[in-house]
Amino acid sequence: MTDAAPLLRIKGVTKRFGGFTALDDVSVDIPKGERFGLIGPNGSGKTTLINCISGALRPEAGTVTFQGRDITQLPSYQRTRAGIARSFQIPRPFRSMTVVENLLVALDFGVIGHGLSEIGRRETVMGIADRMGLSAKADAFAATLSQVELRKMELARAMAARPQLLISDEAMAGLSNSEVDEVLDLLLKLSGDGITIIMIEHIMHAVMRFSGRVMCLDAGRIVALGAPSEVMSNPRVQEAYLGVSA
Amino acid sequence: MSVTQTKGLGFWIGCAVFLALAVTATAFIKNEYPFFAGYVILQFIVLATAWTILGGNAGYVNFGTAAFFGVGVYTSIFLFKALGAPLGVQIIAAAAVGALLGLGVGVLTLRMQGIFFSIATIALTIIIETFVTNWKFVGGAAGIQLQRPPTMQPFDSYVKMLFVVQALLVVVAIAVARFIQNSWIGRGLKALRDDELAAESTGVPTLKLKLVACVLSGALMAATGAPNAMYLQFADPSSAFNLNYSVSALAMSLIGGTAHWIGPVLGAILLGVTQQLLTVTISSELNVLLLGIMLVLFVVAAPKGIIGLLARLKGGKQ
Repeated sequence: MTDAAPLLRIKGVTKRFGGFTALDDVSVDIPKGERFGLIGPNGSGKTTLINCISGALRPEAGTVTFQGRDITQLPSYQRTRAGIARSFQIPRPFRSMTVVENLLVALDFGVIGHGLSEIGRRETVMGIADRMGLSAKADAFAATLSQVELRKMELARAMAARPQLLISDEAMAGLSNSEVDEVLDLLLKLSGDGITIIMIEHIMHAVMRFSGRVMCLDAGRIVALGAPSEVMSNPRVQEAYLGVSA
Repeated sequence: MSVTQTKGLGFWIGCAVFLALAVTATAFIKNEYPFFAGYVILQFIVLATAWTILGGNAGYVNFGTAAFFGVGVYTSIFLFKALGAPLGVQIIAAAAVGALLGLGVGVLTLRMQGIFFSIATIALTIIIETFVTNWKFVGGAAGIQLQRPPTMQPFDSYVKMLFVVQALLVVVAIAVARFIQNSWIGRGLKALRDDELAAESTGVPTLKLKLVACVLSGALMAATGAPNAMYLQFADPSSAFNLNYSVSALAMSLIGGTAHWIGPVLGAILLGVTQQLLTVTISSELNVLLLGIMLVLFVVAAPKGIIGLLARLKGGKQ
Protein backbone atom coordinates (compact mmCIF):
# COMPACT_ATOMS: atom_id res chain seq x y z
CA MET A 1 0.00 0.00 0.00
CA THR A 2 1.43 3.37 -0.99
CA ASP A 3 0.65 6.74 0.54
CA ALA A 4 -1.03 7.74 -2.67
CA ALA A 5 -3.71 5.04 -2.29
CA PRO A 6 -6.97 6.45 -0.92
CA LEU A 7 -8.30 5.28 2.43
CA LEU A 8 -11.57 4.24 0.80
CA ARG A 9 -12.09 3.44 -2.85
CA ILE A 10 -15.57 2.83 -4.19
CA LYS A 11 -15.47 1.50 -7.70
CA GLY A 12 -18.45 0.90 -9.97
CA VAL A 13 -20.79 0.08 -7.10
CA THR A 14 -24.28 -0.88 -8.23
CA LYS A 15 -27.07 -1.92 -5.88
CA ARG A 16 -30.52 -3.03 -6.97
CA PHE A 17 -33.61 -3.75 -4.93
CA GLY A 18 -35.68 -5.91 -7.27
CA GLY A 19 -36.23 -3.78 -10.38
CA PHE A 20 -35.19 -0.57 -8.63
CA THR A 21 -31.61 0.56 -9.07
CA ALA A 22 -30.66 2.37 -5.87
CA LEU A 23 -27.02 2.88 -6.83
CA ASP A 24 -25.85 2.96 -10.41
CA ASP A 25 -22.14 2.57 -11.10
CA VAL A 26 -20.91 4.86 -8.31
CA SER A 27 -17.15 5.43 -8.10
CA VAL A 28 -15.33 7.74 -5.74
CA ASP A 29 -12.04 7.83 -3.85
CA ILE A 30 -11.84 9.22 -0.35
CA PRO A 31 -8.30 10.04 0.81
CA LYS A 32 -7.21 9.76 4.42
CA GLY A 33 -8.19 12.68 6.61
CA GLU A 34 -10.86 14.04 4.29
CA ARG A 35 -14.11 15.59 5.46
CA PHE A 36 -16.50 14.29 2.87
CA GLY A 37 -20.08 15.54 2.61
CA LEU A 38 -22.70 13.33 0.98
CA ILE A 39 -25.91 15.02 -0.09
CA GLY A 40 -28.87 14.31 -2.28
CA PRO A 41 -32.65 14.27 -2.10
CA ASN A 42 -34.50 11.57 -0.18
CA GLY A 43 -34.23 8.22 -1.92
CA SER A 44 -31.18 9.25 -3.92
CA GLY A 45 -29.09 6.38 -2.53
CA LYS A 46 -27.01 8.04 0.21
CA THR A 47 -27.85 5.56 2.93
CA THR A 48 -27.65 2.66 0.47
CA LEU A 49 -24.12 3.76 -0.40
CA ILE A 50 -23.00 3.88 3.20
CA ASN A 51 -24.72 0.54 3.84
CA CYS A 52 -22.55 -0.86 1.07
CA ILE A 53 -19.48 0.68 2.71
CA SER A 54 -20.34 -0.45 6.24
CA GLY A 55 -21.47 -3.91 5.18
CA ALA A 56 -25.19 -3.84 5.96
CA LEU A 57 -25.72 -4.41 2.21
CA ARG A 58 -23.67 -6.13 -0.50
CA PRO A 59 -23.60 -4.47 -3.91
CA GLU A 60 -24.52 -6.43 -7.06
CA ALA A 61 -21.50 -5.05 -8.88
CA GLY A 62 -18.40 -3.05 -8.04
CA THR A 63 -15.89 -3.14 -5.23
CA VAL A 64 -15.25 -1.35 -1.97
CA THR A 65 -11.58 -1.15 -1.04
CA PHE A 66 -10.46 0.05 2.39
CA GLN A 67 -6.78 0.68 3.12
CA GLY A 68 -5.91 -1.25 -0.02
CA ARG A 69 -7.96 -4.28 1.00
CA ASP A 70 -11.06 -5.45 -0.88
CA ILE A 71 -13.85 -5.53 1.71
CA THR A 72 -16.83 -5.87 -0.65
CA GLN A 73 -17.84 -9.28 0.72
CA LEU A 74 -16.77 -8.79 4.31
CA PRO A 75 -19.48 -8.94 7.00
CA SER A 76 -20.24 -5.74 8.90
CA TYR A 77 -18.51 -6.63 12.12
CA GLN A 78 -15.22 -7.35 10.36
CA ARG A 79 -15.36 -3.98 8.63
CA THR A 80 -15.84 -2.34 12.02
CA ARG A 81 -12.74 -4.13 13.24
CA ALA A 82 -10.90 -3.07 10.11
CA GLY A 83 -11.65 0.54 11.03
CA ILE A 84 -15.03 1.60 9.63
CA ALA A 85 -17.59 2.80 12.16
CA ARG A 86 -20.96 4.43 11.62
CA SER A 87 -23.88 6.09 13.28
CA PHE A 88 -27.46 5.49 12.20
CA GLN A 89 -30.00 7.82 10.66
CA ILE A 90 -32.47 6.79 13.35
CA PRO A 91 -30.44 6.19 16.53
CA ARG A 92 -30.07 2.51 17.41
CA PRO A 93 -28.76 2.42 20.97
CA PHE A 94 -28.52 -0.74 23.07
CA ARG A 95 -31.51 0.30 25.15
CA SER A 96 -31.09 -2.03 28.11
CA MET A 97 -27.57 -0.76 28.73
CA THR A 98 -26.11 2.40 30.18
CA VAL A 99 -24.11 4.82 28.05
CA VAL A 100 -20.85 3.39 29.39
CA GLU A 101 -21.95 -0.18 28.63
CA ASN A 102 -22.94 0.85 25.12
CA LEU A 103 -19.42 2.16 24.58
CA LEU A 104 -17.88 -0.91 26.20
CA VAL A 105 -19.53 -3.11 23.56
CA ALA A 106 -17.68 -1.14 20.92
CA LEU A 107 -14.46 -1.27 22.90
CA ASP A 108 -14.71 -5.04 23.49
CA PHE A 109 -15.54 -5.96 19.94
CA GLY A 110 -14.12 -3.14 17.86
CA VAL A 111 -10.48 -3.72 18.69
CA ILE A 112 -9.75 -7.28 19.68
CA GLY A 113 -7.05 -8.19 22.15
CA HIS A 114 -5.92 -4.80 23.33
CA GLY A 115 -5.70 -6.25 26.83
CA LEU A 116 -7.03 -3.43 28.98
CA SER A 117 -7.93 -4.05 32.60
CA GLU A 118 -11.50 -3.57 33.83
CA ILE A 119 -10.55 -0.15 35.19
CA GLY A 120 -8.60 0.72 32.06
CA ARG A 121 -11.58 -0.12 29.90
CA ARG A 122 -13.89 2.06 31.94
CA GLU A 123 -11.40 4.91 31.89
CA THR A 124 -11.07 4.63 28.14
CA VAL A 125 -14.82 4.83 27.50
CA MET A 126 -15.23 7.57 30.11
CA GLY A 127 -12.61 9.53 28.21
CA ILE A 128 -14.61 9.14 25.01
CA ALA A 129 -17.89 9.99 26.76
CA ASP A 130 -16.23 13.07 28.18
CA ARG A 131 -15.01 14.27 24.80
CA MET A 132 -18.49 13.80 23.40
CA GLY A 133 -20.02 15.80 26.23
CA LEU A 134 -21.71 12.77 27.75
CA SER A 135 -19.83 12.38 31.03
CA ALA A 136 -22.85 13.54 33.06
CA LYS A 137 -24.92 10.81 31.45
CA ALA A 138 -22.32 8.04 31.62
CA ASP A 139 -24.35 5.78 33.89
CA ALA A 140 -27.78 6.71 32.53
CA PHE A 141 -29.65 4.05 30.60
CA ALA A 142 -29.70 4.63 26.86
CA ALA A 143 -33.50 4.43 26.85
CA THR A 144 -33.65 7.61 28.96
CA LEU A 145 -31.48 9.83 26.73
CA SER A 146 -32.74 12.82 24.77
CA GLN A 147 -32.45 12.99 20.99
CA VAL A 148 -29.23 14.99 20.95
CA GLU A 149 -27.72 12.77 23.64
CA LEU A 150 -28.60 9.70 21.59
CA ARG A 151 -26.87 11.25 18.58
CA LYS A 152 -23.79 11.96 20.62
CA MET A 153 -23.85 8.48 22.11
CA GLU A 154 -24.01 6.93 18.66
CA LEU A 155 -20.97 8.94 17.63
CA ALA A 156 -19.23 8.06 20.90
CA ARG A 157 -19.98 4.36 20.40
CA ALA A 158 -18.64 4.57 16.88
CA MET A 159 -15.51 6.26 18.23
CA ALA A 160 -15.03 3.59 20.90
CA ALA A 161 -14.46 1.12 18.07
CA ARG A 162 -11.39 3.27 17.21
CA PRO A 163 -12.20 3.81 13.56
CA GLN A 164 -10.08 5.24 10.76
CA LEU A 165 -13.26 6.13 8.91
CA LEU A 166 -16.38 7.44 10.61
CA ILE A 167 -19.66 7.57 8.73
CA SER A 168 -22.21 9.91 10.24
CA ASP A 169 -25.66 9.27 8.79
CA GLU A 170 -27.76 12.37 9.41
CA ALA A 171 -26.51 12.75 12.95
CA MET A 172 -28.09 16.22 13.05
CA ALA A 173 -31.58 15.38 11.83
CA GLY A 174 -34.28 16.66 14.17
CA LEU A 175 -31.91 18.74 16.29
CA SER A 176 -32.22 22.40 17.18
CA ASN A 177 -29.79 24.94 15.68
CA SER A 178 -27.58 25.07 18.75
CA GLU A 179 -27.55 21.25 18.94
CA VAL A 180 -26.59 21.06 15.28
CA ASP A 181 -23.61 23.29 16.04
CA GLU A 182 -22.70 21.12 19.03
CA VAL A 183 -22.64 17.93 16.94
CA LEU A 184 -20.85 19.72 14.12
CA ASP A 185 -18.14 20.89 16.52
CA LEU A 186 -17.75 17.31 17.72
CA LEU A 187 -17.28 16.03 14.19
CA LEU A 188 -14.76 18.78 13.42
CA LYS A 189 -12.86 17.89 16.58
CA LEU A 190 -12.72 14.22 15.52
CA SER A 191 -11.56 15.27 12.08
CA GLY A 192 -8.84 17.29 13.77
CA ASP A 193 -7.66 14.04 15.34
CA GLY A 194 -7.05 12.65 11.87
CA ILE A 195 -10.20 10.59 11.46
CA THR A 196 -11.64 10.51 7.98
CA ILE A 197 -15.34 11.38 8.09
CA ILE A 198 -18.18 10.87 5.66
CA MET A 199 -21.11 13.03 6.66
CA ILE A 200 -24.56 12.53 5.22
CA GLU A 201 -26.66 15.56 5.91
CA HIS A 202 -29.64 17.56 4.76
CA ILE A 203 -28.75 20.64 6.77
CA MET A 204 -26.90 22.59 4.11
CA HIS A 205 -25.09 25.14 6.23
CA ALA A 206 -23.65 22.26 8.26
CA VAL A 207 -22.51 20.47 5.10
CA MET A 208 -20.99 23.67 3.75
CA ARG A 209 -19.13 24.42 6.96
CA PHE A 210 -17.93 20.87 7.49
CA SER A 211 -16.98 19.41 4.15
CA GLY A 212 -13.75 19.61 2.23
CA ARG A 213 -15.51 17.98 -0.71
CA VAL A 214 -19.17 17.33 -1.35
CA MET A 215 -20.77 14.65 -3.49
CA CYS A 216 -24.38 14.90 -4.59
CA LEU A 217 -26.31 11.79 -5.51
CA ASP A 218 -29.57 11.73 -7.40
CA ALA A 219 -31.43 8.55 -8.35
CA GLY A 220 -28.36 6.49 -7.54
CA ARG A 221 -25.93 8.43 -9.71
CA ILE A 222 -23.30 11.02 -8.90
CA VAL A 223 -24.50 14.38 -10.25
CA ALA A 224 -21.76 16.52 -8.78
CA LEU A 225 -18.52 16.09 -6.89
CA GLY A 226 -16.17 18.83 -5.78
CA ALA A 227 -15.73 21.83 -3.49
CA PRO A 228 -18.91 22.62 -1.49
CA SER A 229 -19.62 25.99 -3.13
CA GLU A 230 -19.04 24.50 -6.59
CA VAL A 231 -21.47 21.66 -5.93
CA MET A 232 -24.12 23.97 -4.48
CA SER A 233 -24.06 26.25 -7.50
CA ASN A 234 -24.20 23.31 -9.90
CA PRO A 235 -27.49 23.58 -11.82
CA ARG A 236 -27.94 19.80 -11.79
CA VAL A 237 -27.75 19.76 -7.99
CA GLN A 238 -30.31 22.56 -7.74
CA GLU A 239 -32.45 20.64 -10.19
CA ALA A 240 -32.20 17.47 -8.11
CA TYR A 241 -33.30 19.31 -4.99
CA LEU A 242 -35.81 21.77 -6.38
CA GLY A 243 -37.03 20.03 -9.50
CA VAL A 244 -36.73 21.23 -13.11
CA SER A 245 -37.76 24.85 -13.55
CA ALA A 246 -40.43 25.28 -16.19
CA MET B 1 -24.52 -2.82 36.98
CA SER B 2 -25.87 -6.34 37.56
CA VAL B 3 -28.17 -7.31 40.38
CA THR B 4 -25.52 -8.86 42.53
CA GLN B 5 -21.81 -8.87 41.99
CA THR B 6 -20.71 -12.32 43.03
CA LYS B 7 -17.05 -12.63 43.78
CA GLY B 8 -15.31 -15.42 41.95
CA LEU B 9 -14.10 -17.28 45.01
CA GLY B 10 -17.45 -17.06 46.77
CA PHE B 11 -19.15 -18.61 43.78
CA TRP B 12 -16.86 -21.64 43.68
CA ILE B 13 -17.05 -22.13 47.44
CA GLY B 14 -20.83 -22.01 47.13
CA CYS B 15 -20.70 -24.67 44.42
CA ALA B 16 -18.42 -26.89 46.52
CA VAL B 17 -20.68 -26.53 49.57
CA PHE B 18 -23.72 -27.34 47.46
CA LEU B 19 -22.10 -30.52 46.09
CA ALA B 20 -20.83 -31.54 49.50
CA LEU B 21 -24.33 -31.13 50.94
CA ALA B 22 -25.79 -33.19 48.11
CA VAL B 23 -23.33 -36.04 48.73
CA THR B 24 -23.70 -35.85 52.52
CA ALA B 25 -27.47 -35.94 52.25
CA THR B 26 -27.32 -39.19 50.27
CA ALA B 27 -25.34 -40.77 53.14
CA PHE B 28 -27.58 -39.64 55.97
CA ILE B 29 -31.11 -39.62 54.56
CA LYS B 30 -32.30 -43.20 54.18
CA ASN B 31 -35.58 -42.50 52.40
CA GLU B 32 -35.18 -42.41 48.60
CA TYR B 33 -38.11 -40.14 47.90
CA PRO B 34 -36.47 -36.73 48.62
CA PHE B 35 -33.80 -37.61 46.07
CA PHE B 36 -36.37 -38.82 43.59
CA ALA B 37 -38.17 -35.46 43.85
CA GLY B 38 -34.98 -33.43 44.20
CA TYR B 39 -33.61 -34.94 40.99
CA VAL B 40 -36.50 -33.41 39.03
CA ILE B 41 -35.93 -29.98 40.55
CA LEU B 42 -32.19 -30.11 39.78
CA GLN B 43 -32.98 -31.20 36.25
CA PHE B 44 -35.25 -28.19 35.79
CA ILE B 45 -32.55 -25.87 37.16
CA VAL B 46 -30.26 -27.10 34.40
CA LEU B 47 -32.96 -26.79 31.74
CA ALA B 48 -33.99 -23.27 32.80
CA THR B 49 -30.37 -22.13 33.09
CA ALA B 50 -29.54 -23.58 29.69
CA TRP B 51 -32.61 -21.97 28.17
CA THR B 52 -31.61 -18.58 29.57
CA ILE B 53 -28.18 -18.71 27.92
CA LEU B 54 -29.80 -18.12 24.55
CA GLY B 55 -33.31 -16.96 25.48
CA GLY B 56 -32.30 -14.51 28.18
CA ASN B 57 -29.04 -13.08 26.90
CA ALA B 58 -29.80 -12.99 23.19
CA GLY B 59 -33.59 -12.86 23.34
CA TYR B 60 -34.01 -15.83 21.01
CA VAL B 61 -36.97 -17.81 22.31
CA ASN B 62 -36.40 -21.53 22.09
CA PHE B 63 -39.57 -23.62 22.15
CA GLY B 64 -37.56 -26.77 21.54
CA THR B 65 -36.11 -27.53 24.98
CA ALA B 66 -37.94 -30.87 24.76
CA ALA B 67 -36.14 -31.69 21.52
CA PHE B 68 -32.72 -31.22 23.10
CA PHE B 69 -33.76 -32.96 26.30
CA GLY B 70 -35.25 -35.91 24.39
CA VAL B 71 -32.16 -36.17 22.22
CA GLY B 72 -30.16 -36.48 25.42
CA VAL B 73 -32.49 -39.19 26.72
CA TYR B 74 -32.28 -41.23 23.53
CA THR B 75 -28.56 -40.73 22.97
CA SER B 76 -27.93 -42.40 26.30
CA ILE B 77 -30.50 -45.14 25.64
CA PHE B 78 -28.84 -45.91 22.33
CA LEU B 79 -25.35 -45.97 23.81
CA PHE B 80 -26.46 -48.06 26.76
CA LYS B 81 -28.28 -50.60 24.63
CA ALA B 82 -25.75 -50.79 21.80
CA LEU B 83 -22.50 -50.62 23.77
CA GLY B 84 -23.41 -50.78 27.43
CA ALA B 85 -21.73 -47.41 27.83
CA PRO B 86 -21.38 -46.12 31.41
CA LEU B 87 -23.36 -43.11 32.61
CA GLY B 88 -20.48 -40.64 32.32
CA VAL B 89 -19.97 -41.55 28.68
CA GLN B 90 -23.70 -41.30 28.05
CA ILE B 91 -23.83 -37.77 29.46
CA ILE B 92 -20.80 -36.55 27.56
CA ALA B 93 -22.05 -38.09 24.33
CA ALA B 94 -25.50 -36.57 24.88
CA ALA B 95 -23.90 -33.17 25.42
CA ALA B 96 -21.96 -33.58 22.18
CA VAL B 97 -25.07 -34.56 20.22
CA GLY B 98 -27.01 -31.69 21.82
CA ALA B 99 -24.23 -29.30 20.83
CA LEU B 100 -24.27 -30.55 17.24
CA LEU B 101 -28.03 -30.24 17.13
CA GLY B 102 -27.75 -26.69 18.47
CA LEU B 103 -25.19 -25.88 15.81
CA GLY B 104 -27.34 -27.39 13.05
CA VAL B 105 -30.51 -25.61 14.08
CA GLY B 106 -28.55 -22.43 14.65
CA VAL B 107 -26.89 -22.42 11.25
CA LEU B 108 -30.24 -23.04 9.58
CA THR B 109 -32.31 -20.50 11.48
CA LEU B 110 -30.24 -18.00 13.45
CA ARG B 111 -29.43 -15.96 10.37
CA MET B 112 -33.03 -14.89 10.53
CA GLN B 113 -34.18 -12.81 13.42
CA GLY B 114 -36.56 -13.61 16.23
CA ILE B 115 -39.67 -15.56 15.46
CA PHE B 116 -38.22 -17.82 12.75
CA PHE B 117 -35.91 -19.44 15.24
CA SER B 118 -38.81 -20.05 17.64
CA ILE B 119 -40.95 -21.67 14.97
CA ALA B 120 -38.07 -23.82 13.78
CA THR B 121 -37.46 -25.12 17.30
CA ILE B 122 -41.10 -26.25 17.59
CA ALA B 123 -40.78 -28.04 14.26
CA LEU B 124 -37.51 -29.60 15.41
CA THR B 125 -39.21 -31.23 18.40
CA ILE B 126 -41.89 -32.78 16.21
CA ILE B 127 -39.43 -34.00 13.59
CA ILE B 128 -37.10 -35.69 16.09
CA GLU B 129 -39.95 -37.17 18.09
CA THR B 130 -41.42 -38.65 14.92
CA PHE B 131 -38.05 -40.07 14.00
CA VAL B 132 -37.56 -41.71 17.41
CA THR B 133 -41.14 -42.99 17.43
CA ASN B 134 -40.28 -44.97 14.32
CA TRP B 135 -36.88 -46.17 15.50
CA LYS B 136 -37.42 -49.76 16.66
CA PHE B 137 -33.97 -50.24 18.17
CA VAL B 138 -34.70 -47.77 20.96
CA GLY B 139 -38.21 -49.02 21.55
CA GLY B 140 -40.28 -47.04 19.04
CA ALA B 141 -43.63 -45.64 20.07
CA ALA B 142 -44.15 -48.24 22.81
CA GLY B 143 -41.08 -47.06 24.70
CA ILE B 144 -38.28 -49.03 26.24
CA GLN B 145 -37.70 -50.64 29.62
CA LEU B 146 -34.19 -50.35 31.04
CA GLN B 147 -32.40 -52.37 33.71
CA ARG B 148 -30.18 -50.15 35.87
CA PRO B 149 -26.60 -51.30 36.23
CA PRO B 150 -25.45 -52.10 39.78
CA THR B 151 -25.17 -49.11 42.13
CA MET B 152 -21.69 -47.68 42.50
CA GLN B 153 -19.91 -46.94 45.79
CA PRO B 154 -20.29 -44.85 47.94
CA PHE B 155 -23.98 -44.63 47.05
CA ASP B 156 -26.50 -47.08 48.49
CA SER B 157 -29.08 -46.46 45.78
CA TYR B 158 -29.00 -45.63 42.09
CA VAL B 159 -31.44 -42.75 42.47
CA LYS B 160 -29.18 -41.11 45.07
CA MET B 161 -26.27 -41.42 42.70
CA LEU B 162 -28.28 -39.85 39.89
CA PHE B 163 -29.24 -37.05 42.27
CA VAL B 164 -25.57 -36.24 42.82
CA VAL B 165 -24.85 -36.51 39.10
CA GLN B 166 -27.64 -34.03 38.42
CA ALA B 167 -26.27 -31.74 41.14
CA LEU B 168 -22.94 -31.81 39.32
CA LEU B 169 -24.69 -30.87 36.08
CA VAL B 170 -26.33 -27.95 37.89
CA VAL B 171 -22.89 -26.67 38.88
CA VAL B 172 -21.63 -27.04 35.31
CA ALA B 173 -24.70 -25.25 33.93
CA ILE B 174 -24.57 -22.26 36.27
CA ALA B 175 -20.81 -21.98 35.87
CA VAL B 176 -21.27 -21.75 32.10
CA ALA B 177 -24.17 -19.29 32.44
CA ARG B 178 -22.21 -17.16 34.87
CA PHE B 179 -19.13 -17.16 32.69
CA ILE B 180 -21.17 -16.04 29.68
CA GLN B 181 -22.94 -13.34 31.65
CA ASN B 182 -19.71 -11.81 32.92
CA SER B 183 -17.70 -12.12 29.72
CA TRP B 184 -17.59 -10.27 26.45
CA ILE B 185 -19.82 -13.02 25.03
CA GLY B 186 -22.62 -11.93 27.35
CA ARG B 187 -22.15 -8.28 26.50
CA GLY B 188 -22.24 -9.10 22.79
CA LEU B 189 -25.38 -11.22 23.17
CA LYS B 190 -27.13 -8.46 25.10
CA ALA B 191 -26.12 -5.94 22.46
CA LEU B 192 -27.58 -8.06 19.68
CA ARG B 193 -30.74 -8.64 21.72
CA ASP B 194 -31.22 -4.88 21.92
CA ASP B 195 -30.38 -4.18 18.28
CA GLU B 196 -28.87 -6.71 15.95
CA LEU B 197 -27.90 -4.30 13.17
CA ALA B 198 -26.32 -1.84 15.56
CA ALA B 199 -24.45 -4.68 17.28
CA GLU B 200 -23.05 -5.92 13.98
CA SER B 201 -21.91 -2.37 13.11
CA THR B 202 -20.27 -2.08 16.50
CA GLY B 203 -18.07 -5.06 15.70
CA VAL B 204 -20.14 -7.81 17.32
CA PRO B 205 -20.00 -11.06 15.31
CA THR B 206 -23.71 -11.64 15.87
CA LEU B 207 -24.13 -14.95 14.07
CA LYS B 208 -21.10 -16.51 15.76
CA LEU B 209 -22.21 -15.44 19.22
CA LYS B 210 -25.74 -16.72 18.67
CA LEU B 211 -24.29 -20.04 17.54
CA VAL B 212 -22.04 -20.27 20.60
CA ALA B 213 -25.05 -19.63 22.86
CA CYS B 214 -27.22 -22.11 20.98
CA VAL B 215 -24.54 -24.81 21.08
CA LEU B 216 -23.86 -24.41 24.81
CA SER B 217 -27.56 -24.25 25.62
CA GLY B 218 -28.31 -27.35 23.53
CA ALA B 219 -25.41 -29.30 25.03
CA LEU B 220 -26.56 -28.61 28.60
CA MET B 221 -30.17 -29.50 27.83
CA ALA B 222 -29.17 -32.80 26.27
CA ALA B 223 -26.72 -33.58 29.07
CA THR B 224 -29.39 -33.16 31.71
CA GLY B 225 -31.69 -35.44 29.74
CA ALA B 226 -29.11 -38.22 29.51
CA PRO B 227 -29.63 -39.77 32.99
CA ASN B 228 -33.43 -39.53 32.65
CA ALA B 229 -34.00 -43.01 31.25
CA MET B 230 -32.02 -44.59 34.07
CA TYR B 231 -33.86 -42.45 36.56
CA LEU B 232 -37.26 -43.68 35.37
CA GLN B 233 -36.01 -47.09 34.15
CA PHE B 234 -38.23 -46.42 31.18
CA ALA B 235 -38.48 -44.01 28.28
CA ASP B 236 -40.93 -43.36 25.51
CA PRO B 237 -40.95 -40.64 22.86
CA SER B 238 -44.05 -38.82 24.03
CA SER B 239 -42.64 -38.30 27.53
CA ALA B 240 -39.03 -37.68 26.49
CA PHE B 241 -40.09 -35.04 23.96
CA ASN B 242 -42.94 -33.72 26.08
CA LEU B 243 -43.85 -30.10 25.40
CA ASN B 244 -43.95 -29.67 29.17
CA TYR B 245 -40.14 -29.47 29.24
CA SER B 246 -40.14 -26.62 26.73
CA VAL B 247 -42.85 -24.67 28.50
CA SER B 248 -41.39 -25.27 31.97
CA ALA B 249 -37.86 -24.20 31.03
CA LEU B 250 -39.17 -21.03 29.45
CA ALA B 251 -41.57 -20.27 32.32
CA MET B 252 -38.98 -20.92 35.03
CA SER B 253 -36.48 -18.71 33.29
CA LEU B 254 -38.91 -15.84 32.80
CA ILE B 255 -40.39 -16.14 36.28
CA GLY B 256 -36.95 -16.18 37.86
CA GLY B 257 -35.69 -13.36 35.67
CA THR B 258 -33.15 -13.47 32.86
CA ALA B 259 -30.89 -10.58 33.81
CA HIS B 260 -28.68 -12.68 36.09
CA TRP B 261 -27.70 -16.35 36.12
CA ILE B 262 -29.37 -16.85 39.50
CA GLY B 263 -32.77 -15.94 38.00
CA PRO B 264 -33.56 -19.27 36.30
CA VAL B 265 -32.20 -21.11 39.35
CA LEU B 266 -34.68 -19.31 41.61
CA GLY B 267 -37.47 -19.77 39.08
CA ALA B 268 -36.79 -23.49 38.75
CA ILE B 269 -36.64 -23.96 42.52
CA LEU B 270 -39.87 -22.02 43.11
CA LEU B 271 -41.84 -23.73 40.36
CA GLY B 272 -40.16 -27.12 40.74
CA VAL B 273 -40.79 -27.35 44.48
CA THR B 274 -44.38 -26.15 44.14
CA GLN B 275 -44.99 -28.66 41.36
CA GLN B 276 -43.54 -31.51 43.39
CA LEU B 277 -45.69 -30.56 46.38
CA LEU B 278 -48.80 -30.35 44.23
CA THR B 279 -48.07 -33.69 42.60
CA VAL B 280 -47.85 -35.38 45.99
CA THR B 281 -50.74 -33.60 47.69
CA ILE B 282 -53.32 -32.94 44.98
CA SER B 283 -52.70 -34.12 41.44
CA SER B 284 -50.11 -33.94 38.72
CA GLU B 285 -52.64 -32.36 36.38
CA LEU B 286 -52.57 -29.18 38.47
CA ASN B 287 -48.92 -28.61 37.54
CA VAL B 288 -49.71 -27.24 34.16
CA LEU B 289 -52.41 -24.96 35.53
CA LEU B 290 -50.01 -23.65 38.15
CA LEU B 291 -47.37 -22.99 35.51
CA GLY B 292 -49.84 -21.02 33.43
CA ILE B 293 -51.15 -18.95 36.32
CA MET B 294 -47.66 -18.14 37.61
CA LEU B 295 -46.50 -17.12 34.15
CA VAL B 296 -49.47 -14.79 33.65
CA LEU B 297 -49.01 -13.30 37.14
CA PHE B 298 -45.34 -12.62 36.59
CA VAL B 299 -45.67 -11.25 33.08
CA VAL B 300 -48.27 -8.77 34.35
CA ALA B 301 -46.91 -7.91 37.79
CA ALA B 302 -43.16 -8.55 37.55
CA PRO B 303 -42.00 -8.71 33.94
CA LYS B 304 -38.38 -8.91 35.09
CA GLY B 305 -39.07 -11.93 37.27
CA ILE B 306 -38.04 -12.64 40.82
CA ILE B 307 -34.68 -10.92 40.49
CA GLY B 308 -36.43 -7.89 39.02
CA LEU B 309 -38.69 -7.83 42.07
CA LEU B 310 -35.73 -8.16 44.42
CA ALA B 311 -33.88 -5.36 42.66
CA ARG B 312 -36.96 -3.15 42.94
CA LEU B 313 -37.28 -3.88 46.66
CA LYS B 314 -33.61 -3.11 47.16
CA GLY B 315 -33.88 0.08 45.13
CA GLY B 316 -36.99 1.15 47.07
CA LYS B 317 -35.14 1.03 50.38
CA GLN B 318 -32.37 3.38 49.35
